[in-house]
Amino acid sequence: MADKPDLTIEEMSDKYFDVLKEIGNIGAGNATTALSTMLGTRVDMMVPKVRLMEFKEVGTTLGGEEQLVAGIYLVVDGDIHGSIMFIQKKESARAMVQKLMGMPSEGEDFSEMELSALKEIGNVITGAYLNSLATLTNLTIYPSVPYVCIDMAGAILSVPAIEFGAISDKMLLIQTDFADDVELSGYFILVPDEESDAKILHALGF
Amino acid sequence: MPETIKVGIADLNVCTPPNLITTIGLGSCVGIAIRDKQNKIGGLVHVMLPSSKEVKSNGNPAKFADTGIPELVRRLEKMGAIRSRMVAKIAGGATMFAFNSKSELSGIGDRNVAATKQTLKEMNIPILAEDTGANYGRTVTFDPETGDYEVKAVGKPLKVI
Repeated sequence: MADKPDLTIEEMSDKYFDVLKEIGNIGAGNATTALSTMLGTRVDMMVPKVRLMEFKEVGTTLGGEEQLVAGIYLVVDGDIHGSIMFIQKKESARAMVQKLMGMPSEGEDFSEMELSALKEIGNVITGAYLNSLATLTNLTIYPSVPYVCIDMAGAILSVPAIEFGAISDKMLLIQTDFADDVELSGYFILVPDEESDAKILHALGF
Repeated sequence: MPETIKVGIADLNVCTPPNLITTIGLGSCVGIAIRDKQNKIGGLVHVMLPSSKEVKSNGNPAKFADTGIPELVRRLEKMGAIRSRMVAKIAGGATMFAFNSKSELSGIGDRNVAATKQTLKEMNIPILAEDTGANYGRTVTFDPETGDYEVKAVGKPLKVI
């Protein structure tokens, strides 16, 4: 069936992987600064981990497929097409929202206001990542408005998995740990389509 | 001691009583449970995409509705199940994010459900029950003994279809 010599994720060169990792690094750095400004506190960042993993493993990374997580999803348009997702455990999301709003939340569910704050956090973090990608590649990238969903990790991760599913059985996950007085851990999942992979590589001189 | 067999994303397996078979966190994906109602041989497939013909990376039949269902049926037949006695129940196909863009992904849940129904129809396997669509994830467990298909969702009462 593999009659076309298209680049699958597995075959992507180590260099490209390094590039995405470096963009992840810079992006996470920018995101940390943005987050720190937004929350008005000092936020430290660990070195992001970039991993290519099987769909099956992805759920377990986040604490099991049934772990409640908050996913913030943006569609990316412009010179490249694809999507980006920022995902974190529900408790992490709640901690960030509480910090941002400066008050404890009531009840199990997020209020409209809290959801809106969560979207904004996702917007800032993914925006920082996309900015570093755009700056490095000189490509124009427009993110959509953020969409938010709180549900089981398996169900939320199936969204980027399906997008990757068209080209591979694996997906690229960038784990970023922010540290503050509480631990804030999150994952980016960037899914450029095939054409965009080529554009990113080309823009970077490969 | 009955076991619960776990099926991952883009994966399938078969099961006989007293064991159960489950798949966790179905989002836009669809979980199709098929069972021979007479000899109680059952199975579950967790498909991600509607059609293997639309994409290049199609080495894994369990990833697609149009190949995953025939593959599951083949595995069931190998265990002694008879096609004409098979019945199906389906769950999943949610729309997790309410985006309005022209992204191919919008409506993938609906497309997965449509492709599932189409494939089952072509194979003459009747659908006894479904719990599809909406905007939340589902964990499903199938009992080949009774044919009960249990659907769990966050913040919702347990449903048996």
